[in-house]
Amino acid sequence: MTTTFFHKKRLTVLPGFKLSIGFTLLYLSILILLPLSMLFWNTMQLSWHDFIKIISDSRVVASYKLTFGTSFLAAIINVFFGTIIAWVLVRYDFVGKKLMDGLVDLPFALPTAVAGIALTALYAPNGWIGNLFPFKIAFTPIGIIIALTFIGLPFVVRTVQPVLQNFSTESEEASASLGANRWKTFIKVIFPELIPAILTGFTLAFSRALGEYGSVVFIAGNMPMKTEITPLLIMTKLEQYDYPGATAIAIVLLISSFMILLIMNIIQWLANRKYSV
Amino acid sequence: MKKTKKLAAFLAASSLAMVISGCSSSEQNSSGSTTNKSINLLNVSYDPTRELYEEFNKSFIKEWKDETGQTVKIQQSHGGSGKQGRAVIDGLKADVVTLALAYDIDEIAANRNLINKDWQEELPDHSSPYTSTIVFLVRKGNPKSIHDWNDLVKKGVSVITPNPKTSGGARWNYLAAWGYADRKYQGDQAKIKDFMKKLYNNVEVLDSGARGSTTTFTERQIGDVLIAWENEAYLSLKELGEDKFEIITPSLSILAEPPVAVVDKNAKAKGTEKVAKAYLEYLYTDEGQEIAAKNYYRPRNEKILEKYKDHFPNLDLIKIDDFGGWQKAQKEHFSDGGTFDSIYTPKN
Amino acid sequence: MEKLTIEQTVVTSKQKIGNTTLKEPWLIRLILTTISLLFLLIFLVLPLVTIFITAFKKGLDVYIASITEPDALSAIKLTLLVAVIAVPINTLFGIAAAWAITKFNFRGKNLLTTLIDLPFAVSPVIAGLVFILLFGAEGLFGDLLSNYNVQIIFSLPGIILASLFVTVPFVARELIPLMQTQGTQEEEASISLGAGALTTFLKVTLPNIKWGLLYGVILCNARVMGEFGAVSVVSGHIRGLTNTMPLHIEVLYNEYQFSAAFAVASLMSLLALFTIIIKNIIEWRTKQ
Repeated sequence: MTTTFFHKKRLTVLPGFKLSIGFTLLYLSILILLPLSMLFWNTMQLSWHDFIKIISDSRVVASYKLTFGTSFLAAIINVFFGTIIAWVLVRYDFVGKKLMDGLVDLPFALPTAVAGIALTALYAPNGWIGNLFPFKIAFTPIGIIIALTFIGLPFVVRTVQPVLQNFSTESEEASASLGANRWKTFIKVIFPELIPAILTGFTLAFSRALGEYGSVVFIAGNMPMKTEITPLLIMTKLEQYDYPGATAIAIVLLISSFMILLIMNIIQWLANRKYSV
Repeated sequence: MKKTKKLAAFLAASSLAMVISGCSSSEQNSSGSTTNKSINLLNVSYDPTRELYEEFNKSFIKEWKDETGQTVKIQQSHGGSGKQGRAVIDGLKADVVTLALAYDIDEIAANRNLINKDWQEELPDHSSPYTSTIVFLVRKGNPKSIHDWNDLVKKGVSVITPNPKTSGGARWNYLAAWGYADRKYQGDQAKIKDFMKKLYNNVEVLDSGARGSTTTFTERQIGDVLIAWENEAYLSLKELGEDKFEIITPSLSILAEPPVAVVDKNAKAKGTEKVAKAYLEYLYTDEGQEIAAKNYYRPRNEKILEKYKDHFPNLDLIKIDDFGGWQKAQKEHFSDGGTFDSIYTPKN
Repeated sequence: MEKLTIEQTVVTSKQKIGNTTLKEPWLIRLILTTISLLFLLIFLVLPLVTIFITAFKKGLDVYIASITEPDALSAIKLTLLVAVIAVPINTLFGIAAAWAITKFNFRGKNLLTTLIDLPFAVSPVIAGLVFILLFGAEGLFGDLLSNYNVQIIFSLPGIILASLFVTVPFVARELIPLMQTQGTQEEEASISLGAGALTTFLKVTLPNIKWGLLYGVILCNARVMGEFGAVSVVSGHIRGLTNTMPLHIEVLYNEYQFSAAFAVASLMSLLALFTIIIKNIIEWRTKQ
């Protein structure tokens, strides 16, 4: 490794830096960096002109809009409801709370294809929920949002929950004793503390949704220009034995996700630094 | 400090060694096949043939045992035709491939000499032991009175068909419709394209595979008509209820010839050439043809076809050669920028 | 994720004794609880119920038959085998990464954390594809592997690699925030009192992080078992050999055996519920 990066700055008596960082870096290089670099390697078979042409094709662009739009909305829905759920789980007591707490992890544990099939069965025009609505849910962008909300929920709940759990009630008490009402206390005292966690949850849910394939293909309807998500287009290219085309689109998706995650981590880091100083 | 570096490397190495140790065990699985006792055969096929090969394999295993005394184990892999073809190119050790279209086997043949270039001449009838065609599945009573392709472009008719880009079967659907329009408009390209555009504008859900479309139509009850393989249409009648759907045969359709081939390079490496070839040849025997017919594939054998003629009505069939073969058809219609793409390209 | 339980009880008891100004009016509490329950009902409970209802539609016999037939059993075995190999490796990695990131200061920390998160954001399709580009017959190491007759893709090692890739972040993600809040003082004290590195880790660090660690392991395990997209690309779908449980479910579903498909799916949901119950039992025991 270079001397500037991954080099311990402050002296501490704790052992194992070289061991742990060495293992981490080696493992990540072999398991993540090397495989992902293959995407760039394969795309390099394309000329710059062809690359741009593939990733800016009107159908591909329509799929970006759909994928980013639905992922964003699903992440927003998750932030709203996920924060409420986390709040309820930490602060209130009621029958079945443990069960509810456990259920939140279901989307992590359930195979995405199963989730997709079950959601499609529910939200199709002849499904339990689908027939309650006068308009179509499955096979439209709304269906995609539902699948992505399902996938992303635990990310928000599980990042907000521990922060709330660790939250000291002292500042709340102080705020209350100074005469602030509950709503004001929440907005001025509690919410600012939650922002980093909410942001993390949002970013994880958002970037996870960008790449989701298994559950969405069942419920999306897959109509070109309308309900065709970007991961499906990658699959389409693969079926046509077009590896460079597939990896070109994959790179766009990968870089977007990476940037979103990086921005989040930097914000987190800035927030942490503010505390420790 | 040197020690820790070594330890780090050791930890990383040992965790990956665990993964590799998994590969040596799986290797034994495949190399064990070369012993004379029992032999393993991997048939990589497309989606709708599951039931066919389940029955066929049993029959072949018995036949091979009687004839040679050798026990053969047949493993099946099913998936979209293009996906399966790609897996074989990428190293799935298939002994035989039984796919939806010749194009997919051509692609395999174009890579690393996995299959001889002239594979289509190695077995009778262009190496396709059974055929099928494209028909319509409609709801019982045919409420939208759909009888032919031109009924599909009418306003208010909702059509279900898979995406030709991801599904082999869907390409046959597309070409059958194109063939009908070609005859109707006597080759007027603009009118044919307009017909196709109207047809695909009526498509409500474009699933990625043929089975997905069938589920959408039968289970989700979306659409008035499903364009499907004849064998798939019969199978869904059988599996999902004859009282719910009926099959409509259009005036004109396409002769779908799902091809088969031995993957020479893999078979040679595994020492399974003989059994692989016998396996495919068995498809052409009376037993093989009978099993195909029972699973609603049109047999090549005239006598057996006659026996099952109730299932297989006569109709006007165009051929893939009318499109200049698969290579040309693929390029013209389904590659990027082909006629299928132009249907969905918004006019600026 | 589970914080120190003592702290938690302190917080709740404080709330109970403490002034009522820390609580919302009952109406608000009712509304918030109802919203949460409704949301979970619509998005999580109903799909789960659908799975179980479809699974038992054709009766218990069909249910039992579909989870005990040879292909299903081999899929279950394969899934368990993959989990047994992949989860410990990623747990080890998670601990090492969290240790390096939280106990030391170094440049490039953000980049490293982002790298660890990356598999969350990589489309499963891509996750499978990259291993094909690497180890496939046409891939970078294709010739090398075929020379030594080693099969990675379309067999067990490929499935394990894809599963490892997808679940890299789970344990590390749980541990990093936890260990960050705990700081380094306790470990430093232990070291300066003369304890060895391993002793310090086992006696000081591990007790502090065990809940987060357990939780991360549970999630990692669930995801390994449930992964569909990435594994589907590298498995080759050979029946009875390289089909994991999620792939087997897809196979059954495509054979119009909806009840059987959902029976296996319900088994996976039971697995998920089971791990949740175990988690709660351990929690409760330590509280005693």
